[in-house]
Amino acid sequence: MTYPKGTIVRASALTRINHWLTAGCFVLLVLSGLAMFHPLLFWLSNLFGGGQWTRAVHPWIGCVLFVSYLGLIIQFWRDNLPGMGDVRWLAKINRVIVNDEEDVPEVSRFNAGQKLVFWGMAFLVPVLFFTGLTVWEVYFGAYTSIETQRVTLLIHSLCAIGAIILWMIHVYAAIWVSGSMRAMTQGYVTPGWAWRHHRLWLRRLVETNSRGPTPGANHDLGR
Amino acid sequence: MSDLQAQDFIRISATTLTPPTARNHEQEVAKLIDVSRCIGCKACQSACMEWNNLRPEVGHFEGSYDNPMDLEPSVWTLMRFAEWENEKGDLEWLIRKDGCMHCEDPGCLKACPAPGAIVQYANGIVDFISENCIGCGYCEKGCPFNIPRVSKVDHKSYKCTLCSDRVTVGLEPACVKACPTGAIMFGSKADMTEWAGERVDELKSRGFENAGLYDPPGVGGTHVMYVLQHADKPAIYAGLPEDPHISEFVGFWKGLIKPVALAGMAFTAAAAFLHWITVGPNTVDAEDDHHAEELIRSAKEKSA
Repeated sequence: MTYPKGTIVRASALTRINHWLTAGCFVLLVLSGLAMFHPLLFWLSNLFGGGQWTRAVHPWIGCVLFVSYLGLIIQFWRDNLPGMGDVRWLAKINRVIVNDEEDVPEVSRFNAGQKLVFWGMAFLVPVLFFTGLTVWEVYFGAYTSIETQRVTLLIHSLCAIGAIILWMIHVYAAIWVSGSMRAMTQGYVTPGWAWRHHRLWLRRLVETNSRGPTPGANHDLGR
Repeated sequence: MSDLQAQDFIRISATTLTPPTARNHEQEVAKLIDVSRCIGCKACQSACMEWNNLRPEVGHFEGSYDNPMDLEPSVWTLMRFAEWENEKGDLEWLIRKDGCMHCEDPGCLKACPAPGAIVQYANGIVDFISENCIGCGYCEKGCPFNIPRVSKVDHKSYKCTLCSDRVTVGLEPACVKACPTGAIMFGSKADMTEWAGERVDELKSRGFENAGLYDPPGVGGTHVMYVLQHADKPAIYAGLPEDPHISEFVGFWKGLIKPVALAGMAFTAAAAFLHWITVGPNTVDAEDDHHAEELIRSAKEKSA
């Protein structure tokens, strides 16, 4: 994979494919799930070929997303481990929100907001997957009691709402912070972007003469 | 199954609109099952299969009079046989005709996500409209009586229709017509309640002190009612629920969280948009580029 001269690799091709597979599944799950959640949104089932198809396809997409998100966890968990820096960053969240980051602590590969999205989803996705299995009438309906399914359906709905809101925050943050979208589509950012938003990460890349995305990878910084 | 005019619907699943209400003078119907008069002949089961063209797969003898053993997509009513030893040590054979109770406040309808897949007619009958059913099984979660069954073949949910097609044209349900002892009666809910009162009095005079009518208020009453010899212990009749009501989990899921969830999403979207038009994008400036290049250059010089 080639990137424009002088840029820094933010997300490898594998990461991008993994991310967009997850994203595609998530959008389809939101659309099909909301169709079955609220009568006002039942028309969304037309996107899937009607109610029967929506009901049938939703759990399969969920399976793909579950596996796909496991891939993201494997790739990202280490850089999302929380630290004291995150607490200091969160303490300055009011400055971050208004684009005034003068005295906001330097951030490594991911900031505390991104970590919250990551771990939030890392919690919600498996809960959604397993509660979803219990109400997958066709294959697993007989394995749990109806009373259990009443509870799991409620949990499934609540977690889905949480995940949707988290996802909306995630999407807006990518729009808000210019250059982030390109990082996940073409995979690269400018050094200036890295300096502004993930200065500690940039420092570590420079120390190891790495072009990113992780220190030690691609020893061709500056090319 | 049967599809009456939309004007006859008083409740429609998964709709936020008010069903047509102009027809407001229809009499509520009820089926009264007098357990004390049932001889367990299963004529009602046969009649149900006959009228509704249902032929469940022939099963195996399982050591019980129950046959088949449970309700199925093609078994809409079923005699459940229970042996109960009363206080005097005598055996009582309690035979209950199980099937949809046609609740006044139907849990299946409340849980259903498919518009118009479950409807309630003005006469009180709760009916599944198969063409709208999506096969999700939410009705099973909503039902306090464990009645609906989703077919593995066509992914539609099925249950007793109270022979809505027969009732519409002034006939009684097939099971009622077939009952040889008059244990199953059909008429207006008011008439059936009154008749049940007479039966209860008679049973009491015969020593069944706790005889009574099963018309559970937890679901707003039902359009299928039982006369029970031991109305204080419905559970002895093959697990008839003591105080059936729509589960709180279903109530919460289908009640409060629906508007709250939509509001939460709308709020998040609105907050993001407001942020965009007030604060705006966070963009890299020339200073950032300069600092970054400086950092990279100094590192290069050091290593060179």
